Formats: sequence, structure tokens, C-alpha cells
Amino acid sequence: MYEYSDFDEAFVRNRVAQFRDQVARRLDGSLTEEEFRPLRLMNGLYLQLHAYMLRVAIPYGTLSSHQMRALADVADRFDRGYGHFTTRQNIQFNWIKLTDTPDILERLADDGLHAIQTSGNCIRNVTTDAFAGAAADEIEDPRPYAELIRQWSSDHAEFQFLPRKFKIAITGSPEDRAAIRAHDVGLQLIRRGAETGFRVLVGGGLGRTPMLAPELRDFLPKADLLPYLEAILAAYNLIGRRDNKYKARIKITVFETGIEPFRDLVEQEFARIRPQFTGADQALLAEITPHFALPDLVAKDPAAFAAARTTDPAFAAWAKQSVTDHKRPDHAVVTISVKTPGEEPGDVSARQMRAVADLADLHGYGELRISHMQNIVLPHVARADLPALHAALRKVGLAAANVGLISDMIACPGMDYCALATARSIPLAQEIAQHFETLGLVETIGPLPLKISGCINACGHHHLGAIGILGLDRAGAENYQITLGGAEGPEAAIGEKMGPGFAYDAVVPAIERLVRAYLALRLSADESFLAALHRLGREPFRAALYDEAQDAA
Amino acid sequence: MSRSFVPKVVSANDLRAGHVVYFAASGDWVRDIAEAEVLTDEAEAQLRLLSAMGHPTVAVGVYLVDVTQEPQGPVPVALREQFRARGPSIRPTKEAAAKEAAPKESANV
Repeated sequence: MYEYSDFDEAFVRNRVAQFRDQVARRLDGSLTEEEFRPLRLMNGLYLQLHAYMLRVAIPYGTLSSHQMRALADVADRFDRGYGHFTTRQNIQFNWIKLTDTPDILERLADDGLHAIQTSGNCIRNVTTDAFAGAAADEIEDPRPYAELIRQWSSDHAEFQFLPRKFKIAITGSPEDRAAIRAHDVGLQLIRRGAETGFRVLVGGGLGRTPMLAPELRDFLPKADLLPYLEAILAAYNLIGRRDNKYKARIKITVFETGIEPFRDLVEQEFARIRPQFTGADQALLAEITPHFALPDLVAKDPAAFAAARTTDPAFAAWAKQSVTDHKRPDHAVVTISVKTPGEEPGDVSARQMRAVADLADLHGYGELRISHMQNIVLPHVARADLPALHAALRKVGLAAANVGLISDMIACPGMDYCALATARSIPLAQEIAQHFETLGLVETIGPLPLKISGCINACGHHHLGAIGILGLDRAGAENYQITLGGAEGPEAAIGEKMGPGFAYDAVVPAIERLVRAYLALRLSADESFLAALHRLGREPFRAALYDEAQDAA
Repeated sequence: MSRSFVPKVVSANDLRAGHVVYFAASGDWVRDIAEAEVLTDEAEAQLRLLSAMGHPTVAVGVYLVDVTQEPQGPVPVALREQFRARGPSIRPTKEAAAKEAAPKESANV
């Protein structure tokens, strides 16, 4: 786990002190709201519908057990006893007071956490695969590079006022569990012969103009990472549009410029910048890398795991969804579902945070991850410990056996909290999950990524859902558009809009018709929803979606 | 009162705590929209808006909200404003739950 250096510690403490002073000056009227707003946003503090919201960075989704307890402490002392994990691997606290914020940031700093660059037109938290450093299919742990980028981009003077926010995602596995094609820059560690380097993608993003990032470089030597990123950012900073907020993301720059001319510009900048990097970055990387070494895993006989799978059906069902192969065969990567049907997706109570932190200490070498799917991951668990872990998770309501299934939805905060939202997402997600749970169909349906956004900004990644739901405000009433065929990972695709939207109460029946049509049409239980959609085309699914007579009959 | 004017209330967020506030006839900021002053005239609305903007260390983001006048008081027209007035539809707080329950109790009496 990365531990702060003295420099990091001083930097974060100094920022807290600055913000404490800025808040005091806002409260006594020396700063106007116009002057103060950018300052609070630089520290992750938004003003939402009902309160301030503090977005705390979880760099590349990696947390230690003591950091998880610090989040629990903030939830208890300064919020309403819970927090919301986001698709950017961060956590948001929804009920924050401005006057408490300096103390909260101080408390977070005690455990090496901060809210810097979680907002504003700067380089945001770098996201990665939540299984990084553990997954069997990984080429290399991407997190040392993510940490290098974090250090390089924090307070980088040239990139504090970009045309718009800038999001980087890195994956070290060909599986791409970080949705890299939906990011401003996507990096994928790949091998070419004996050498490992990066495939670089640029100009992806969701929002009102969804685009999958095209390839900028097929192979970038690792030592060129920072100068090449700097070249991309310099090119964007130069020609990115500042006249129209909706055209300011790099995806529009790349689209309007064309990938070839944009690449020429980047290469031109790179030729200028590369000589300025004379090895300090590589020395820093060499210092960072050992922090991410695999813990000294204790060998355990996995026989208890196999036995529990045959004797305990509830455990077997959970293990089927939650357990992923680890680099070490006697260990596993465990995904803890934060999507218990009927609960708010992504919300975790302080009690649950502490319980999971304790379980990480007991079974997982004190390490935790937050996934972009809004779940919690224990990256290193001995298979022998899995039955005990499952039993402990059941006690705190975190043992849902639904990872990757229809009820493991991504949902943004929506109209219940967010100042930008046009419709609710969380209660709709709760109703859908509860409905399919009641029907007893969740496991039968199999893998079905369903994602809900409460506005066009697409924080719920609805474009990437096999079923995507987009909530809009149509003449003062919530209206939900349904898209089909989206996907993330190596076969990433943007979902296609099916037709007119549905009123709030009509969404659950529409999704049920759609799912029942799939169950009737699939060749076998092995043919996923997406595979059936690709084989049959959209028409039978669209017809089922709009066949409202079916419900009346 | 001009014929086409949509009635309005002045709203903002509390600078310190962030919660939703409305401007009352007394010139105080109140939490409950039922206590907000309903403005039925364009000129009056603009004057009250200016007056409300004169508390920059109390209220932030002051603006006018379209409402309809109902027996229980002003009700916002826009969906977003209805959520601001009511609070989230999930995880009701003890206070909100008590408020929801109150009218039912009185109706039973």
C-alpha cells in the first residue's frame, strides 16, 4: 500500500490549513461566493440540492483498513452515518456542513486521505482495475503508474485550468475492468515481445455526446508515459474549446480535429517535451513501485473452500459471483456486493465500513479496493478463509450473491441528491433489484449489466449498460429512456436508444417484458443477454419493450 | 397582479449548513416552503430577490422559484424544486418521517 512521504503529508496538511482560512474568510464575508466557489471545488466540496457534498479521493480505488475506518468516522461524526461509493472509485458524503469541512479534511489527512482534484477542470483521480495487483490475468500492476500520475498531476501548474475536467483510467489486464475506452485517456499495459508498454487511447467519454476512445499510440515505452501524457494535455490545453462547456472535453477536440491531425500535434509536443524528462520520473517510479508489492501471502490448504461449496448452497451461489481467480491459486479476489436488493446501490453504512475493515484485517492483509461498479473488493483472501468471510458478511448485510447480475446495477445519486439530475435513479434501481429478486429470476437471467443515470451527464454509465436507463424531466415529470447493447471492456459499445421513454412507474414492467423476451429467445442459459441481442438484432427486444398490451392481458 | 405572472418564492441554500431555505415576508430565511412569502407580481418579485441577495453570509445562490398556490401553501412547479422542498425520496430522516406522519394523525382525529 502506498504510504505518504513527508512531502505528501506536508502538502495535504498545508492544503487543509489553506482551506480552513478560506472557509473563515467566506463566512466573515471577506470572500464572495464567486471567489470562494472555485476554492471549495478544488477541495472536492460541491453544493448539492439539500446540503454540501464532499467527494473524497480514493486514489486508484485502493484503501487500507485504517483508511476505511477513517471514512466510517467521517460518516458517523459529520454525515448521516453512510457514504456513497462512485463509479470513479471515490466516496461521496451527502450531508456535509461547510463549517465542518476543514475538520473533516483534517481527519482524513490523519489517515492519508484527501479531496484534492476531485472536482474542477483538472486531472481527476486516476482509476484502475479494482483487481489490480491481484488478478490472475494481469500483465502488470497498473497502480504504481497511477500513483506516478497522481504525484505528477497534483497541483501541476499547467493543468489546473484545462478546458474541462480530465479523467485517466489504466488497466493492467486484457479484460479491461476499468472502462478505459470511456475515459479522456485510457491506458492499457500490453506486451510487445519482451517489452511491456502502454497502448494509449484518447478522447473517450459518456455524457451527452458518448464516444469510445480511438487509439492514439499502439505502443508507448513505459519510460515515455509522463512526457507523452504531458504532450496530450498540452495539445488539448492549446486547442481544446473553451467557448462552449458542452464541447470542451477532449473527446470533442479529437473528434473535431480528427485523430490523425491530433496525433501529429501530440507527437510534435512530445518531441519538444521528451528531452525535459531526464530520469527524475523514473527514479520516483522506482521508489513508488515497492509500495505496491504483493503482501507476503500465507499458504493455506483450500480444501475447506471446496467442501463448503458442496455442502452450503448459499455459499456456493455467493462464491460463484463474488470470487475471481488470484495470481496465487490458493488465494482469491473477493468482490463484496454493495447492491443488496432493496438497498441504495453504492451506499455503505459506517457500521458496514468498519465491519469490512475488520474483515480486511482478519482475512485480507488489511487491503481494500473500491470498484467502478460501486462494490468493495478484498484483493487477497486465502480460499480456505472464504466460508468464514461469507458468514461474517451475512451478519452485516453484505453477502448478496449478485455480482455481475441484473441487480448489481450502477446508479448515480440522481434527483434525490444531485443538483444536476433530472430524474431519480436510486429508488428506481432499488425497485428493479427488488422486483427481480421477488420473481426469483436474478440468477436465471445470468450476467446482465444494467446501468442507470439520472441525467444526460451519464454518471451512471447508462451508455455502457447492456440495458441502459436514462432519466429525464419531460414537462415536469420523470421520463426514462431505454438503451440496449452497451458494453464495457474489450468489446466496448455505446447502447442504442430504443424509442420513446417511460414514466417512472412504467419502467419496472418494461424491463420485465424485455428480460422475459430474452429468456424466451435465448438458445440456452449460456447465451447472455448481449449475445442474444447481437444474434437476433434489436427488433424482438424493442417489440417486447413497447408491447404494453402484454401486461394488460 | 399581471395576468400571466407565475407566482414565485425566493429560495437559496444556507451558506453554513447547505440546506434549502426560503425567504419569508419577515425577511427571515426559513426551512419550510409553507412559510415562504409568495410573490404574485413581477416588480415585487424582483425587489424581494434583490433584498434576499443582501445576505451573502447567510444564504448562497439566491433565485426565484415558480410555484402554484395550494391550500397547504406554495408548491413548486418544477420537479427539481419539488425535491428541494421535500428532501430525498429515500432514507427519510426522523424529522421528515415525523412531518409526513403528522397530517395523517390529525386527519384521524
